Amino acid sequence: MATEFHNLQELRHSASLANKVFIQRDYTDGTVCKFQTKFPSELDSRIERTLFEDTVKTLNNYYAEAEKIGGQSYLEGCLACLTVYLIFLCIETRYEKVLKKISRYIQEQNEKIYAPRGLLITDPLERGMRVIEISVYEDRGSSGSSSGSSTTSSSGR
Amino acid sequence: MMKNREYQQIDPQALATPTPTPPPRPLPEHKPKRARRKWEVFPGKNRFYCNGRIIVARQSGVLPLTLGLILLTSGLFFVFDCPFLVKHLTSCIPAIGGVLFVFVVISLFQTSFTDPGILPRATPEEAADIEKQIDNPTGSSSSYRPPPRTKEVIINQQVVKLKYCFTCKIFRPPRTSHCSLCDNCVERFDHHCPWVGNCVGKRNYRFFYTFVVSLSFLTAFIFGCVTTHLALSFHTYLVAANLTTNEDIKGSWSGKSGNEDVGNPYSYNSMIKNCCSVLCGPMPPSLIDRRGFVPSDDSVQTSPVEIELPAAKNDINMCTHGTKGLLETASRSPLLTSSCPQAKPQAAPAFLEPLPEVTPSPALEPAKTTAGRQSTNTPHKHHSHHRSKGKQASHHTHKTSNSSPRPHHSHSSRRKDSKNRDPKFSSLR
Repeated sequence: MATEFHNLQELRHSASLANKVFIQRDYTDGTVCKFQTKFPSELDSRIERTLFEDTVKTLNNYYAEAEKIGGQSYLEGCLACLTVYLIFLCIETRYEKVLKKISRYIQEQNEKIYAPRGLLITDPLERGMRVIEISVYEDRGSSGSSSGSSTTSSSGR
Repeated sequence: MMKNREYQQIDPQALATPTPTPPPRPLPEHKPKRARRKWEVFPGKNRFYCNGRIIVARQSGVLPLTLGLILLTSGLFFVFDCPFLVKHLTSCIPAIGGVLFVFVVISLFQTSFTDPGILPRATPEEAADIEKQIDNPTGSSSSYRPPPRTKEVIINQQVVKLKYCFTCKIFRPPRTSHCSLCDNCVERFDHHCPWVGNCVGKRNYRFFYTFVVSLSFLTAFIFGCVTTHLALSFHTYLVAANLTTNEDIKGSWSGKSGNEDVGNPYSYNSMIKNCCSVLCGPMPPSLIDRRGFVPSDDSVQTSPVEIELPAAKNDINMCTHGTKGLLETASRSPLLTSSCPQAKPQAAPAFLEPLPEVTPSPALEPAKTTAGRQSTNTPHKHHSHHRSKGKQASHHTHKTSNSSPRPHHSHSSRRKDSKNRDPKFSSLR
C-alpha cells in the first residue's frame, strides 16, 4: 500500500494537483473518530453527493467498529494487562486489523470511483486522523481552469 | 470549454517508474539519494532510538534515577532479604517479588518509550485550509490577524471549546493539549511525567497506571518483607541468646555479635533452652495490684527504734535498695516472730479471708499476693521479703477490711516517701 501511495502522489506528473479538500472531524459524539459528512462545495462538480456521503459514512462505521468497547476489546485488554502488554509485540490488535481494512477500502474506492473523477482520497491515518484529504487533480492539458474538468459520468460545467 | 473532454483516468496501477523530473512541490520526506524515515524529520522535541521504534522526550528527566532506585532497592531485597526469608518462611517470597519487579520494569519501559498519542502537525495545505475556513464563514475582516483561537463544538449537548494550536497549526481535538516540554500536541493529555521521562496520554496511560500500581505493590511488599526480616532476625537472636535489647545495645555481657553466650550469666548455654525459657517460661503475675484497695493510714505501725534491725534481715534474701528499703524493712520487722519460714504459715490463713474483698489474686502463695499490696511501697519483689512481712500484712488486711477504703491519693502518697508511712502505721496501733 505504501508503494502505491507513493505512486499515487506522483500522479501530479501526469495530472497536476489543483486543490485539496479537507473533510474535518465531527466531534459531536465525543472523541471517537468520526468525519463530517457535509458535502464540500469544491467537489460539487466532480462527484455525486451520494457517492461521497457513502464513502464517508462507511469510513465512519469502520472507525466506530475499531473503537467499539465490547466483548472482544475487553478480552484483548485484560489479556494484554496480564501479560504486561507484551502481547502487543506479538499479535495485531483489533484496531490495527480494522485500519488495514480501511486502507483496503480506500484503495478500492480510489480505483473505482475517485480516480476516474480526478480525485484521490488520502487515508486519514497519514494525516494524524485529523482530516480526510481529497486531492483534486486536473488534466495537465487543460489551461486556465482552476478546477478540474468533468468526467464522463458526471455532468460538466 | 472542457465540457466534453474526457478526463484522463488516473490509474493507480499504471505507473511504472518514478519520473526523473523533480516534483513541482518538494516533498521533505523524499530525497533522491536516501529515503529518510519520518522520525528523522520529526518536528517535535523528541528523541528516537532503534531507528524510530523507541520514542522519548528530549529531556529524559529523572528516568535514570527512577530506574536506578527500582533496580537498587529490588536488588538489595533479592540479595539480602530473600535468602533469609526463604529459609524461615516460604520460597514464594522471591517468586512474588520477582513477578512484581518484572511488572514494574516492563511497564516503566512501555510508559517511557511509547508514543503517548502525539498528533502530527498539520501539513501546509491543511493549515491554509483552516485559515481559509475561518476567515470566510465568520467574516473576519482583518486579514493579518491570526486565526481565532477557539472553535465551539457541541459534544453530547454540551458546548466545548476547541483551541487553536499555533505550533501545530490545528484546532486541537477535545481533551488534547500541547506539551511544551515535548513541543507536541498529545491526545487525551494527562501530564508530562519527569519520572518516566515522557508525556502520559491516550496511548500510554494504561502502561503508566500499571507501572504506578505495580510499583506500589512492590514497595509495600519489599517493606513488609524487610520489616519481617528485621523482626525475625533481631529478636530471634535475642531470644536465642537470652538477652534483652537493652543489654545488647549496651553490650553488657559481650558487646559483640560473635560471642553470644559468653559472659551472659542468665543464658542456659543452649539456644533451645534459652528460647523455651524466654517464650514458654512461667508467666509471672502482675505485682502492682491495680485493683487493690488502699489500706488505711494506721494500718502499718513501727517504732523508729527498730531501724537498725534490717541489717540482720539481709540474710533473708532481701534486696535493700537504699534508705527507702531499709525504712520499709524496719517498719515491718518488729512484727516478725522469728525467721521467715515461720511467718509464712502464720500469714497464710490470715490472708484467705480478706483476699476476695481486696484483689482477685492468681493461684500463687497468698502471702505473696497480699504482700504485693504492700509491695507498692517497696521496689523489690523477692518472696522471702514478703513472707517476712506476712504477719504484719494480716494486720493490714483486717484493719483495712474493717475500715473504709482509703482514697487513691493516699495510696500514691505512700509510695513517695516511706517516712510518711510511719505516722500512718503508728495510728493503727
